[in-house]
Amino acid sequence: MPKRSDIESVLIIGAGPIVIGQACEFDYSGAQACKALKEEGYRVILVNSNPATIMTDPAMADAIYIEPIDWRVVARIIEREKPDALLPTMGGQTALNCALDLNREGVLKAHGVQMIGATPAAIDMAEDREKFRIAMGEIGLDTPRALIVHELQEAINGIAEIGYPCIIRPSFTMGGSGGGIAYNQDELRDIVSRGLDLSPTSEVLIEQSVLGWKEYEMEVVRDAADNCIIICSIENLDPMGIHTGDSITVAPAQTLTDKEYQIMRNASIDVLRKIGVDTGGSNVQFAINPADGAMIIIEMNPRVSRSSALASKATGFPIARVAAKLAVGYTLNELRNEITGGQTPASFEPSIDYVVTKIPRFTFEKFPSADNRLTTQMKSVGEVMAIGRTFKESLQKAMRGLEIGVSGFDPVLPETADEEARDVLLQRELREAREQRLWYVGDAFRLGQSIEKLHESTRIDLWFLSQIQELINSELALTNVALDNIDASSMRQLKRDGFSDIRLAALLNVTEQALRKHRLALGVKPVYKRVDSCAAEFSTSTAYLYSTYEQYCEAEPTQRDKIMVLGGGPNRIGQGIEFDYCCVHAALALRDDGFETIMVNCNPETVSTDFDTSDRLYFEPLTLEDVLSIVDVEQPKGLIVQYGGQTPLKLARDLLAAGAPIIGTSPESIDLAEDRERFQQLIEKLGLKQPPNRTARNPEEALELAQQIGYPLVVRPSYVLGGRAMEIVQQESELARYMQEAVSVSNDSPVLLDRFLNDAIEVDVDAICDGKDVIIGGIMQHIEEAGIHSGDSACSLPPFSLSESVCEAIREQVRMMAHGLGVLGLMNTQFAIQGDSIYVLEVNPRASRTVPFVSKATGVPLAKVAARCMAGQSLASQGITGDVARPDFFSVKESVFPFAKFPGVDPTLGPEMKSTGEVMGSGKTFGEAFYKATLGASTDLSERRVSSGSGEYSPDFELMTGTRAFLSVREQDKTGIVDVARQLVETGFELIATDGTQAAIVAAGIPCERVNKLQQGQPHVLDQIKNNLIHLVINTTDGRQALADSYYIRQEALGLKIPYTTTLSGATAMCAALQWSTKGEVYNLAEIHRKSV
Amino acid sequence: MSRPALLVLADGTCFEGTAIGVDGKTVGEVVFNTAMTGYQEILTDPSYAQQIVTLTYPHIGNTGVNADDIESEQIFAKGLIVRDVPTLHSNFRANESLGAYLQRRHIVAISGLDTRALTRHLRDKGAQGGCIMAGPGIEQATAHSAAQSFPGLAGMDLARVVSCQQAYEWTVGSWRLEGALQRAAEAVTKARAQAMAATTSTGSNPHIVAMDFGVKQNILRLFIDRGCRVTVVPANTTADDIRALQPDGLFLSNGPGDPEPCDYAINTIRELLADKLPTFGICLGYQLLALASGASTLKMKFGHHGANHPVLDTASGRVMISSQNHGFAVDVESLGDQLAITHISQFDQSLQGIRRLDVPAMGFQGHPEASPGPHDVQALFDQFVAQVVAV
Repeated sequence: MPKRSDIESVLIIGAGPIVIGQACEFDYSGAQACKALKEEGYRVILVNSNPATIMTDPAMADAIYIEPIDWRVVARIIEREKPDALLPTMGGQTALNCALDLNREGVLKAHGVQMIGATPAAIDMAEDREKFRIAMGEIGLDTPRALIVHELQEAINGIAEIGYPCIIRPSFTMGGSGGGIAYNQDELRDIVSRGLDLSPTSEVLIEQSVLGWKEYEMEVVRDAADNCIIICSIENLDPMGIHTGDSITVAPAQTLTDKEYQIMRNASIDVLRKIGVDTGGSNVQFAINPADGAMIIIEMNPRVSRSSALASKATGFPIARVAAKLAVGYTLNELRNEITGGQTPASFEPSIDYVVTKIPRFTFEKFPSADNRLTTQMKSVGEVMAIGRTFKESLQKAMRGLEIGVSGFDPVLPETADEEARDVLLQRELREAREQRLWYVGDAFRLGQSIEKLHESTRIDLWFLSQIQELINSELALTNVALDNIDASSMRQLKRDGFSDIRLAALLNVTEQALRKHRLALGVKPVYKRVDSCAAEFSTSTAYLYSTYEQYCEAEPTQRDKIMVLGGGPNRIGQGIEFDYCCVHAALALRDDGFETIMVNCNPETVSTDFDTSDRLYFEPLTLEDVLSIVDVEQPKGLIVQYGGQTPLKLARDLLAAGAPIIGTSPESIDLAEDRERFQQLIEKLGLKQPPNRTARNPEEALELAQQIGYPLVVRPSYVLGGRAMEIVQQESELARYMQEAVSVSNDSPVLLDRFLNDAIEVDVDAICDGKDVIIGGIMQHIEEAGIHSGDSACSLPPFSLSESVCEAIREQVRMMAHGLGVLGLMNTQFAIQGDSIYVLEVNPRASRTVPFVSKATGVPLAKVAARCMAGQSLASQGITGDVARPDFFSVKESVFPFAKFPGVDPTLGPEMKSTGEVMGSGKTFGEAFYKATLGASTDLSERRVSSGSGEYSPDFELMTGTRAFLSVREQDKTGIVDVARQLVETGFELIATDGTQAAIVAAGIPCERVNKLQQGQPHVLDQIKNNLIHLVINTTDGRQALADSYYIRQEALGLKIPYTTTLSGATAMCAALQWSTKGEVYNLAEIHRKSV
Repeated sequence: MSRPALLVLADGTCFEGTAIGVDGKTVGEVVFNTAMTGYQEILTDPSYAQQIVTLTYPHIGNTGVNADDIESEQIFAKGLIVRDVPTLHSNFRANESLGAYLQRRHIVAISGLDTRALTRHLRDKGAQGGCIMAGPGIEQATAHSAAQSFPGLAGMDLARVVSCQQAYEWTVGSWRLEGALQRAAEAVTKARAQAMAATTSTGSNPHIVAMDFGVKQNILRLFIDRGCRVTVVPANTTADDIRALQPDGLFLSNGPGDPEPCDYAINTIRELLADKLPTFGICLGYQLLALASGASTLKMKFGHHGANHPVLDTASGRVMISSQNHGFAVDVESLGDQLAITHISQFDQSLQGIRRLDVPAMGFQGHPEASPGPHDVQALFDQFVAQVVAV
C-alpha cells in the first residue's frame, strides 16, 4: 500500500528528559521518525521537553514544542495544531503513557486525532501484565506463573502459589522502576509497597522467578499488510534476573540452534500479531531454560526501544525510520534498505557477519549509599557498543570503550595475602552481580577456577565463559614474556582477540608507546570492515565501519577534505546527550560546507552513531590506539576534540603528539584553562577576580593552604567533569576527612581548594571565539545558589535578576578570557556574583552541557557556528557580528534526577553532579518558564486532576489550594523564608513549620502551624507527610548532622511524589511558578525565537 | 596444536588458515551462505554436493552437533570454510563438537581466514572452483592447480549421484521440543488434522511420491506432519514405476547441480503432468518442473545463498522471508503460456515461484521447508496437500 493520503499532519511525542531507562536512544528514534515523515510530505508536529535533543532542532519538524510531556499540555498543542494523527511509539514509555492519557481523557476523540503505529488497545494489552499473560496463553506461549496485586496483603496471601524467590514488577513504569527480586517476606513487603506507589495504576505483578535462565530479545518489525521481519536477535550474557538494560548483551544470539531460533522467531511474530501492533517495531523478550530449552515469554514493548536502537546500530537497519514509514501506510516491500544504498528492500532480514557486544555503564560512585546489586530494576546510565569479527574482539573493544579505567580484563580483586577473604569476596561478587562481575569472572579464571564452577555461581552460559577463559589464558601466557619475543603471528592473534595495546603493554611490562611501536614494526594494523546488513552479499556504498584484524580493508578512504569528530562515548552523569548534540551539529555544519565528515563514537544510543549523520561513521572505542588507527587510514584535515566532553579531550595531548591535526582551541590552551596555577596567573594578568584558591599536592599541604584562604571551601580533584568527588567542606576536620577518604592526591593529580562564596548567584556563559572576535551566545543565571553543581542547578536564560551592568561586565570578562586563552571555538565560563563582585569560577574552552539549551532558547546554533570557526571561517563571514540578542521569552532549564531509582539515597544537591538529564520550559515570564520546566521534570505544582470519566476533557491546570506547605530551613535562610512564606499564603497555602522556621514566619505576622521534628517525637512531620497532609516541602539544611536528621523527610517526599526543594532560591522560584500554574499556554520554537521588533 | 590449512581459488586467490576437519585436500565450487544459524543442516543438505561452503557468520559450531538437526545421513558439502570454531560448544541438545563431527565424517575444512574478504571476492567474481588443503605438506601451487581442474557445475548431473538408489518409505515427522514447543506443535497439529480429516477419495491418507534429487529430510518430515504417506524414489525412476505406486501427489525434491542434464527426470515429470497428477517442486525440483513445462534455466552469476530473502506472493501481496540456496534460475522470459508467476524475489525481482495453468502443479525456488531458515513459506506444503486431497 502506498502512504496514506487521508492524513496530512502527524504529532510525535518525544521521551522527555534523559532518565535511567530512557536515554538518548529516543532522540535517535524520534529524529529518524521526524525526518522520515517530513520527507514524505507530512506536516510534523513535535513535543519534547528535552532541549538537548536533535529532534527538537528547528529544521526537524514543522512545529516544535519544547513543552512538558503532560497530557494537559499536549492537549493544548492538539487544540492549536489540530494534527490528524498521533505517533506515540517513538518516545518510549513516556510517550505511550501520555498517549494513553490523551485517549482516556477524550482529547483524541474530541479533536479527531487518530493514533497510528499502535492502538490504545494494543498498548494496553502489552503493558497490562494480566491481559498480556492471558493473551500469551491464548497463542500457546508460556509466561511465568504470576499474581497481580493491588494491595500488599494480596501479595502476602498469594505468594505461596508463586514461591520465593519471586520477581516483582510494577505496571506501567519504565526501566523496571520499583521492581525487584524478593527472597523472603520482608523483601516482598518492601518491594511490593514501593511498586504499588510507583505504578500509576497501583498494580504490581509478582511472578515466578526464572533466575539463571538464558535471556533473549527479538527485534521485530511488522507492516500493515502483516508482513513481519526480524531485525536482530540479542542474547544476554547475564542471565535472567538482571534487567536487560543492565545486562551485557550480544548480537546475534550465540547459543541457539536453527530449530530453537526459528521457534523463537515464530513466537515473536505471533506475539506482535496477538497484541495487535499494526505497524512498527517491537521487541519481545524470552527466557530459555538452559537445561531443556523450555521457553517462556517475559514481555514485549509495542514501540521502539533501547534495544531497537541497539539493534539498528548493530545491523545497520534503521528501525525507527522504517517504523515511521510503516505507520503512515507503507508496507515493507515498498521501502528500500538505506544502508545498501537501496539495493535491498526493507523486507530483507539483516544478516550480520560480526559480533556486537553492549556493556552498560553505571555511576554508583555518584550514589555511594545506593544498593549496587543488579536486579530487575535498571540502574545503568549509559552503554557502550563494540563490533568485532569475533565475540572476544567485540567484548574487549567494548570493555575499553566503557572508559572506566580498564583496557580489557584488568584484575579487580584486591591483591591480598588473605586468600580466604579474597575467595569469599570473589564468590560473593560472582553470585551477586554488580557492575564489575565480568571482571571478577576474569579474576576467577586467573585463579584457576573451572568453567563449570563459574557457571554454577554466575549462570552465565558455558559458551561465553569459555571465550572469557581463553582470553585470560592468553593473558597468562604472556607472563614473563619479553616484548621482543612477540612475533608478527602472535601479535596478530592477540590483536584479533581484541587485546588493546595498553592492556598488552601492561601484561608485558612495557609502555603503550613501546607496544605500539613494536606492533607497527611488525606490520600488524587493523583493517576496517563495513556494516552492511547483508554479510557482504551485496556491495554497499555506506561507510559504516568497524576495525578488526583481518586480511582485507574496506575503508576505501576518499581524497576529499575531511573533518573528523570524536564523540563522547557512553553516557554517564556529567557527559551525555548534550555533547552528542554538539558532535552531530559539527558533522552537519561541516558536511553542508562541503567537507567529508567522519564520526568516531561507540555509544549506540546516539544520533551521532546514526550512519547517515556523517559521511563516514567509525563505530569504535574512543581510545588513543583506536583513534590513531583511524587517523592513519583517513588522514583527515582536521580533528575536532572539543565537542565530545572529557572523553576526546583526555586524548588531545597524545593525539597532538602523535601528529593528529587537531583543530580549534589548542590542547595547550585547554591545558592552560584546566591548570589552576597557570590559569590564576592569566586571571591576575587580566585584572579579573577569582575566589581565593590554592592547589594542594598532599593532605598536609591542603590543611595549611586552607588556613590561608579560609572556610568554607569547595574541594575537588583537578581534571574532572560532572563534579566527581567535589565537596563543600565547612571546617578543618571535614577537609582532613576528605583528603583521607575521598580522593587520592599526588603531584600528578592535585586537589583544588576554592573559597566557597556564600549566597552568591552562579552564572554560566557560553561564547564563541573565532580567534579574533568573540560573541556571547547566552548568559544563564542559576536558580540554585553557587555550590550546587552547574549541571544540577536550574538556570534561566535570560537572567531573571541580574542587572544589565553586571551582564555587560560579564560579557566583557568573557571576551578578555577568550582572547587571553587563545580560544578557537566554544567556550563556557562560570561566574559567581556576590553583590556587585564578579568572580570567575572556571573556564572550559570546549563545548559545554548548556550549548543545546542556549541554542534552543535563542535560536542560534552555537555548535554549528563554532565548528565552522574551527574549520577556518570567521564569525563575520558567517554573518554573525555581535552577541546573541536577549530573547523575549524566558527559558528555564531544570535538571532531572535518578533518586527514585536508588531507594535510600538522599536527594540533596551539592557540588557533585547527580542529574541524568534536563528539560526546558519557556514562558513570557520567569515564573511561567520555571513552572513549565518543573512540570517537565515531573514535579506537578498544580492540583492533580481526576478524570471526569465523561469523555469531555478539561485540561485546565488548577492551582494547589487548600493545600499545606511544610517549611524547615537552616539558620541562614530564616530571613529569606519569610518572603517565600508570604507568597505561599497569598497563593492559598496553609503553612506548617518546625520550631525555628515557624518562629521566624510567625514573627513576620504570617500564620504558620508548628510541627515536631523527628527527634521531638510523634506526631511529627513525617506522620503528616505520610498521611497526605503536606503537599509541598521546603527543606534546606546545613552540615552533615542536619542533613542526616532531615533525610527521611526528603525520602518520603520523593517517594510520594510531593514537590520539594532543598534550596531557598528554589523555593523562591517555586513561588514565582505557582503564580503561573493555571495558564497553560503553549509556545512553539518559532514563536520563542521570533523577535518582537 | 593447530594445523595449517590453505584455501586457493581457481583464480589464484589464496587464504591461509587453520585446519578444523581432517588433513588432506578437497576440491569443489566455493559458495557462501549468509544464514546465521543451521550449519549442521547446511552441511548435510545434499544440494551442497560438489560445493565447498563458506559460512559468513564468524562463529560456527557454538551449539555443537546433535542427532536431530540433519537433512540427510551424511555431510554432502565438499568442505567448510569459517572464521572461527569455538573450542567449547554449548547447547542442551548437543552430543558432539563440530570439529569432532567433521573429522569423523572425513571432511576437510578451514577456519581463521578472512571469510568476509572471501565472500566479497565470490560476490564480485562469481562462484568458482577452489581447493582446501589441510595438514602437513600443504602447498599453494598444488592447491591452485587442483582448484583450476574443477570443471564447474554447469552441465553436471549431480542429482543422480546424490539420489537414493532404491525407493523407501519415510515415516518420521518434525522434531519438536517437548513441553515448551507448544505453539509450533499446535500449528502443526492443526495442519495435520485438516489433512487427516480430508482424506483422499479412496479414504486413505494422501500418498506422496517424492522424486529424490537430493531431498532434504525436513521436506519429508513436513509431509508426515500433514498426515501424508511418503514414498521416496530414485531420481531416474520412470513414470510408469511411479504410476505403479498409485501416488496422490508427486513431489520433486531439491538437489545439487545443473537441472538441464536431468533429461530422464524431465521426461518422467512431463509424462506425469500429462496425467494431471498434483505436483510440487522445490528448488531443483522447481527448475525441473519448469523445464518439463517448456521453460529454460540459466546459471546465475552468484546465486542466492541465505536465510533472509524476502519473496513476494503475487496473489496475496504478502512478503515472506525464505531460505534460498540456488545457483541456477528459471529464465522468466521462457515461461510460455502454460506457466504463471506466483512468487518474485523482493531483492532482485528474480523468479521465485510458478504454477501450471492447466495442471495442479506448482514450484518454489527457495526452501519452504527452511531448515535452516524462517518458516514463513511453509504454508505451501498445506496448499499442496490440500490440492492433493481435493483431486
